[in-house]
Amino acid sequence: MVKKDFQILSGKSIELISICSAIILWQLVAVYIVQNKFYLPSFTDVTFAFVGIISKDTKLGLFGLDYQLPVLLVDLIYSLMHFWIGLIFALVIGIPVGMIMGWFRTINRVVDPLIEIIRPIPPLAWIPFAIVWIGLNPIAAGFLIFIGAVFPIIINTFTGFKSVSRVYVEAAKVLGCNTDRELIRYVALPYALPSITAGIRIAMGVGWMCLVAAEMFGVSRNGLGYKIWHHYYLHNMDLVLVYMLLLGFLGLFIDRALRYYIDGKLLKWRKGVVI
Amino acid sequence: MGKVKVVNVSRKFTKDNDTSTLALDNVSMEVGDEDFVCFIGPSGCGKTTLLRIISGLDKPDEGEVYLDGKKIESPGPDRGMVFQEYSLFPWKSVIDNIIFGPQMQGIKKKDALKDAEKYLKLVGLQQFRDSYPYELSGGMKQRVAIARALANEPSVLLMDEPFGALDAQTRNILQQELLEIWQKKNITILFVTHSVDEAVFLADKIVLMSARPGIIKEIIHVDLPRPRDRTSLEANVLRERILKSLLKEQTR
Repeated sequence: MVKKDFQILSGKSIELISICSAIILWQLVAVYIVQNKFYLPSFTDVTFAFVGIISKDTKLGLFGLDYQLPVLLVDLIYSLMHFWIGLIFALVIGIPVGMIMGWFRTINRVVDPLIEIIRPIPPLAWIPFAIVWIGLNPIAAGFLIFIGAVFPIIINTFTGFKSVSRVYVEAAKVLGCNTDRELIRYVALPYALPSITAGIRIAMGVGWMCLVAAEMFGVSRNGLGYKIWHHYYLHNMDLVLVYMLLLGFLGLFIDRALRYYIDGKLLKWRKGVVI
Repeated sequence: MGKVKVVNVSRKFTKDNDTSTLALDNVSMEVGDEDFVCFIGPSGCGKTTLLRIISGLDKPDEGEVYLDGKKIESPGPDRGMVFQEYSLFPWKSVIDNIIFGPQMQGIKKKDALKDAEKYLKLVGLQQFRDSYPYELSGGMKQRVAIARALANEPSVLLMDEPFGALDAQTRNILQQELLEIWQKKNITILFVTHSVDEAVFLADKIVLMSARPGIIKEIIHVDLPRPRDRTSLEANVLRERILKSLLKEQTR
């Protein structure tokens, strides 16, 4: 067992060396060159700050719940809540809109110019309206993440639906699959699935990036993004870095988990396809 | 039963710049039950268009097509089709591809699977039951496509250059297998090809078409005894006759 783990590790030796060297370099630069915890906390500073904050508890006051939980966990729960509110809305709206646009040409011509005008507006530019329309609550943070995530989902779903090969549609038709509903359900959707999931991955990335700004304007007293600003005001730059790294690792984890699930389960028929 | 009747069918394709080609010009013909008919002709003679009109994927500008006296308006499970391109759904395994048609007719998955095994056996691919199309060779893909078309129990099988993309050896094997299936299942087969050799080996009737406008030039009844010998004298004589006729078309 241990031997096997060691073998896996030695197979990744170059990657490991790369990460270790970066950490050592960081530590040396912070301690001997910058020599200032405010400008650049060292690796050990960040590690101690992380160990320190892990043991701190706070109250989770969500949905009338009243638990004492580690503060990091509470921040994580809030952030994931904001993130999922936005992403679920983006999925529920983006996929059907993209499907309809890709399948019915006239509707595409109606909707496409509107989307092309709204899409280049950066999600963060919506903050004033998010506050005015929704107020300072988690839904407003979710709204910003929704704005960031919905367009990649629409566009990839649309592209996937538009590129459905004629031969599959015709093959389905001669096999007795004739209505638009059936063709979408049994041909276009499975065909477009790789493109849709790629869109969801991009959307999750963009949504995750919007998280910090979405929590910045005070939608709640917790959240990974909110805490970055909170500790910045308190000049706890080591904790700022702890939260930054947490955001990075979580984003990486979410992406990997999704990719593992999609490639392994949903899209195994594409194994032969070179991406 | 699988009697196909084509009555005065015309089909014109118009391009954006107002030039139009008459792909089919007032074509009429009849195909009897359990016939094996091959369509052959220079490219652009409308043989594929005619097949697509019979399948219901394309509509004639004028004229009608009947199957067993019933007018054809749209694609339907009574006409199976095998395409030249590989048309298996890549996201479905072989067996799921075969049961697609029956499931669309509302047959329960359990019953459809039982039937599908039969067709899988007919094309000799039992060990590839759960493979995905990307794991199959070109010849196997077309075998599965035939099985999938047969699973709806059509009375007519329409084939649009189904072996066009295969190498010569595989093509010969599949032609032989197709004849066996045709004899076993008692169905009518309409087969578009550009290979004279293929037509002479397979067909009861060869429909020779000419291009621009697309019309039926000649219908040749092939009465060579089956099983046919590809290199027999009679086959060669017939081949030469068709080749000469096609050559005249191309130099016209």
